[in-house]
Amino acid sequence: MREKILDMLYGNSKISAADMAVMLGYSEQEIKDEIAAMEQEGIICGYTTMINWDKTENEKVSAFIEVKVAPQRGLGFDKIAERIYKFDEVESVSLMSGGFDLGVTIEGKTIKEVAIFVHEKLAPLESVISTSTHFVLKKYKEHGVTLVSEPKKAGRMMITP
Amino acid sequence: MREPLSKMIKTIPPSGIRKFFDIVSEMEDAISLGVGEPDFDTPWHIREEGIYSLEQGRTFYTSNAGLKELKEEISKYLKRSQNIQYPAGDILVTVGGSEAIDIALRAMLDPGDEVLIPQPSYVSYEPCTLLADGKPVIIQLKEENDFRLTKKELLDAVTEKTKILVLPFPNNPTGAIMEKKDLEEIAEVIIEKDLFVISDEIYSELTYSGKHISIASLPGMQERTVLINGFSKAYAMTGWRLGYAAAPHAIIEQMIKIHQFAIMCAPTTSQYAALEALRKGDSDVKRMKESYDKRRRFLLNELKRIGLDCFTPYGAFYAFPSIKKFNMTSDEFAERLLKEQKVAVVPGTAFGACGEGFLRISYAYSIDDLKVALGRIEDFIKSL
Repeated sequence: MREKILDMLYGNSKISAADMAVMLGYSEQEIKDEIAAMEQEGIICGYTTMINWDKTENEKVSAFIEVKVAPQRGLGFDKIAERIYKFDEVESVSLMSGGFDLGVTIEGKTIKEVAIFVHEKLAPLESVISTSTHFVLKKYKEHGVTLVSEPKKAGRMMITP
Repeated sequence: MREPLSKMIKTIPPSGIRKFFDIVSEMEDAISLGVGEPDFDTPWHIREEGIYSLEQGRTFYTSNAGLKELKEEISKYLKRSQNIQYPAGDILVTVGGSEAIDIALRAMLDPGDEVLIPQPSYVSYEPCTLLADGKPVIIQLKEENDFRLTKKELLDAVTEKTKILVLPFPNNPTGAIMEKKDLEEIAEVIIEKDLFVISDEIYSELTYSGKHISIASLPGMQERTVLINGFSKAYAMTGWRLGYAAAPHAIIEQMIKIHQFAIMCAPTTSQYAALEALRKGDSDVKRMKESYDKRRRFLLNELKRIGLDCFTPYGAFYAFPSIKKFNMTSDEFAERLLKEQKVAVVPGTAFGACGEGFLRISYAYSIDDLKVALGRIEDFIKSL
């Protein structure tokens, strides 16, 4: 049941408990209780809106930064990850396998703002060995949704047997 | 000038859907719940395989009966889904399930042989029987039986001349299914009366109360059944025009003969795409089925809310609500609904005379479309 609810919310966080109840074959109260429980347990961490910022006046800059760090004894990577994710500019932080350790995505208003964050805040951190910043030029797809406009397709006929 | 047309073709009326289609296509802002195909695009990995086959220059005919690899995959699929063993040689790849229906009838009928056709059902069985010189005998399915075919109905229709029963389940337009116990009763009659079955199982992957069972999987029935299925509904591949028939060798051999002269072979690109669908498409089928099931529940709940009586469909992607209490024919209801509220549904009569008093509503639409359309149907009912 939880998986089904999460699946539906992941696709559309605005869907009502009443609609979900009908579609999944539970009562509205059961759905509400389960959602409340999952919020309580931190399984559902929030509800957000997908925005294609490219279509707004708001010119955001986002970047992906590869960060190599020296893990600290007894603390591993967690401590340094925390130092990084606490910055408001930081959108996400993940521990990676492969050629670097932490993958950090950040958002800023301008390229300069991002650059300042990297060389004033991120790079000087004690355990950070090196950083490599990649700016996002264009987003094609995010959260399973295509952001670029696709040519209108022919679609189905109105009535078929 | 002499008459260019055959007497037979002139007696066959055009599909009942046609007239309605003409009205709808002139209305720009109509919402349609009248489509008999999935609303999903063909999954990308399947399309991509079709594109790749073109890039590789696979643009030639395949052998008449279809690509060997594809027939082998179909054979494996029938084994794993229905536990029926068909050698690849007893499988014919066709241009959609509809071609398979046509050529099965042509391969099996002599003039005057009777074909039992339960209705409401898909529009092609009756004309294809006539074109094959057979005599269609209609069995009118009843709502009180959940539109299943009963043993009694079958026995009442069988005569000395009966040769074939068409078994269209999961059913378009009613959404009805036949469960194992229902099929066992039918199989008894088939064997006792020495009949054959053309089992159109194109919606077999879309059942919502348990797995579909093919009548061919029952004891003694494989040798009496032409099993028809395809890729259109399960993998959202309607436009690729690809289906298949699996049947006893003596029948399939003759079907291949007709297919070879009329069609040559099914489209090569589609066959390569279908190969990918069977090999790697199980999760797509599951995902789409779950999505239809949500919409099915949603639609049934809405129909109940606005006061349209509807038996619970457990297959395909249609609901078949009754409009008998409004004292209108299905045609009138559908036409007025279209003109007054701009919602297109298909009158039940398009699928046989006994569809009178019913509408076919497809739920292969987004929840948002369903919401708007059902709101308009509600307004229409209130205005009556």
